Amino acid sequence: MKPSKTWVIVVAVIVVLVGIRMTIGQGMARAYVERIDQSVEVKANDTHGASTEKWTEWHPVAPKKFEAAQKADPSQTKFAFSWANTIGLWLAAFFTLAIFSFLYRDNPGYRLAEAVIIGVSAAYWGVIGFWDTLVPKLFGALTPNLVHDQVLPSLPAPTNGQVVAMCFALALGLMLLMRLAPKGGWISLWPIAFIIGVTAGLKIVSHVESDLVAQSIATFKPLVQPIVSSESAQSGWMLWPTIWASFANILLVIGVLCCLTYFFFSVEHKGVAGRAARVGIMYLMITFGAAFGFTVMGRVALLAARIEFLFDDWLWLIDPAGKRIVEVASAIGSMLC
Amino acid sequence: MAEGSPRIMKRLVPMWIAIIAGFVMLLSAFFPITESLGETVGEIFNVVAAIAFVLGAGSLAKVNLAKISRRDQGWGYAAITLICFAITLVVGLGKIGVPQSTQFPLLGWSGEKDAEGSIFGWIYEFALVPITSTMFALLAFYVASAAFRAFRAKNLEAILLLSTAFIVLLGRTFAGVVLTGWLPDWASGLRLENLSVYIMQVFNTAGNRAIIIGIALGVTATSLRILLGVDRSWMGSGD
Amino acid sequence: MSKFITILEGLDRRWIFLAMAISVAGPILYIGITGKTLPETPTPTARAVYKEIEALSPGTPVLLSFDFDPASGGELTPMATSLVHQCAARGLRMVFIALWPLGPQLIDETIKRVILADYPNLKEGVDYVNLGFQSGNESVMKVMLTDFAKAFPITKNGVAVGDVVALKGIQRVDNFPLLITISAGYPGAKEWIQYVISSSGGKIKMVTGCTGVQTPGLYPYYPVQLNGLLGAIKGAAEYESLVNSSLAPKDSSAAVPAKYLEAQRRMGPQLGAHLLMIALIILGNIAFFAQRNSKVRATS
Repeated sequence: MKPSKTWVIVVAVIVVLVGIRMTIGQGMARAYVERIDQSVEVKANDTHGASTEKWTEWHPVAPKKFEAAQKADPSQTKFAFSWANTIGLWLAAFFTLAIFSFLYRDNPGYRLAEAVIIGVSAAYWGVIGFWDTLVPKLFGALTPNLVHDQVLPSLPAPTNGQVVAMCFALALGLMLLMRLAPKGGWISLWPIAFIIGVTAGLKIVSHVESDLVAQSIATFKPLVQPIVSSESAQSGWMLWPTIWASFANILLVIGVLCCLTYFFFSVEHKGVAGRAARVGIMYLMITFGAAFGFTVMGRVALLAARIEFLFDDWLWLIDPAGKRIVEVASAIGSMLC
Repeated sequence: MAEGSPRIMKRLVPMWIAIIAGFVMLLSAFFPITESLGETVGEIFNVVAAIAFVLGAGSLAKVNLAKISRRDQGWGYAAITLICFAITLVVGLGKIGVPQSTQFPLLGWSGEKDAEGSIFGWIYEFALVPITSTMFALLAFYVASAAFRAFRAKNLEAILLLSTAFIVLLGRTFAGVVLTGWLPDWASGLRLENLSVYIMQVFNTAGNRAIIIGIALGVTATSLRILLGVDRSWMGSGD
Repeated sequence: MSKFITILEGLDRRWIFLAMAISVAGPILYIGITGKTLPETPTPTARAVYKEIEALSPGTPVLLSFDFDPASGGELTPMATSLVHQCAARGLRMVFIALWPLGPQLIDETIKRVILADYPNLKEGVDYVNLGFQSGNESVMKVMLTDFAKAFPITKNGVAVGDVVALKGIQRVDNFPLLITISAGYPGAKEWIQYVISSSGGKIKMVTGCTGVQTPGLYPYYPVQLNGLLGAIKGAAEYESLVNSSLAPKDSSAAVPAKYLEAQRRMGPQLGAHLLMIALIILGNIAFFAQRNSKVRATS
């Protein structure tokens, strides 16, 4: 069978199944919104008189709230079907299936979703960087009146030191952007040098303090760890808990020393050092096995979340959060419980 | 410009910028009098980091425009990338569809860029979240495939690794309780869920601690080399 | 048997993908329809997180750093929900920040899901505040060490932090007795320990919820530099069960809202997938050793 025929069949099956689902019970994948009427009293000041500002916002709402409101009053306008969010929901489902389709084979649907996310995420980060950092900090220092009058009225006035610092930041930033220029891109090396220098300076202190000294101190554990009964201090050590706790500490100290011996490559791993390195390897294998187990757990949770989205928000097959009355699932549920 | 000027501008000046910036951050951790200078350098760094986001965006636009103009293979997708990039940038920077903030209702620009009803928020919820989440979810499949193809109990080390993986995989789910929950209290340490905790708190801690200490030594050495001007590989090959 | 081995050796990985999908989707459907979840027994690290938050008196400020994005939401969103749930129930003053660009939206979603839905008496700006995102990674942490307002000058909705009641008494990050970070990578829990906890001289404690990939690497910091650890979705499920059982009204048999059972629901598909992983590893080894033995027999 040619690949293109397989895709046609797969898409046709999905369309048919979705078509069937749409006709059963309440259907699937619809989004609703609630009208929120905002009204804010504005006090009079030098530039304008007192007024009441009013506008309307539409917030997403659970389908069952719309159903309940429609039942109570079919002519109500507080809750409404949202075309924008419904189309968005179907688009999200399409993108999810398009990415999953890569598991079968590379295909135009996957490529389309990939192209979309590359463009969207690059712009998204740029917008966030602009509004969250550049506007309050850079423009807030260099053009404070503009920022104060148009965007952030409560932003405090910058100090002279902040203005000077932001001039430096702007200069370094413009040099960084020269990387895109056909000529003179070498000047971007100056802000890169600044970033590298600052990072190196930060990392020396933090890594020595936190990872070298503190971790070394934490390894100095008592090789006999007395466990006293919590009920009565006078009853003395508890034998088996003390043995197990002491054994754990001994294993930990030996483990750290042997693993460090393994990483010490300037000494040949022979004799005592060789045996210690071998023990270190065993510890590291256990560490990597544990890391694999946790990695699997992490990845599966992400997959479960996406499949939940498809079954809950798109297909309306399950409704764990009780956002709507799901007739198909409740009928099956009563048979299973 | 004199012959040596390019070398000064392209090699010496960046080196000294890195050294000075680095030492300011280093000294600000030890001398309270330099604390505010360290804060200022940190603030400059944060703003430059934000401008780097803009650089990333611009770089993407440049690469994709070049692809379209040369009609490279897959240029259609580059066009889609650019269209999505432009739309997201315009609606985000312009705060299109964003209502004013209830704190400052007279200012049209005061609302949050991702407020309910905004196009930027719509793109986040229905494009960014599903695609990025699903891309990460693909990893679960590849982990399963890799486990089937690559994990072989060929020697003692591999057996140790696999046994630990099995204990953690079972012990961190209800399977551990079912398989070994019947063990009496005096042997509770052998229950899979307790065994997995023990492995994490003793063996995993020992192994990872050694790795952390090793990395700390390496990072410290590399950072010192950069701050002393010995390591200049980050500048790239230069004349 | 040899036919079975041949099939295993030549198995197309797409069958493995299908098996993984079924092993995850099946339990999701079952749990979604029946509402049944698996019981959880909290481990010491999860209990430690619960105890650290419970030990704070009402009105104490806590710093919650959402250092993740929606891609890791499957593991971390349930943790965020339960952490905010316990903090709100305890009456703590919650200060939300993000060091990842998409963090602020996740903060807003969590506030809407927990605080606005179940704690409507809490006032924004007084009982909780969202300070949004700042770029700079560890440099932001460095600035926070000495001047918190310089690192985060305004809230997410544009109010200067000096005017925010929830930040009263906060000049530096170590004015918070407790830091709660929900972490998916860099910058995250490790950087908080390296740049803030180690420099604070014990003034600030830290608990974290992190992804499965990060968890083994954070164990060495527990319990000295890290006072509590929720590792992966299992940690989230354990903590959820702790919080739910402590906050459940004793005189009511009302069901726990589904949003506070999200992690426990996800332990069902975890079980299916883990059993599949073990089966795949065993099958792969059976095929490998059978093939190796037949080659040895053929050469001898």
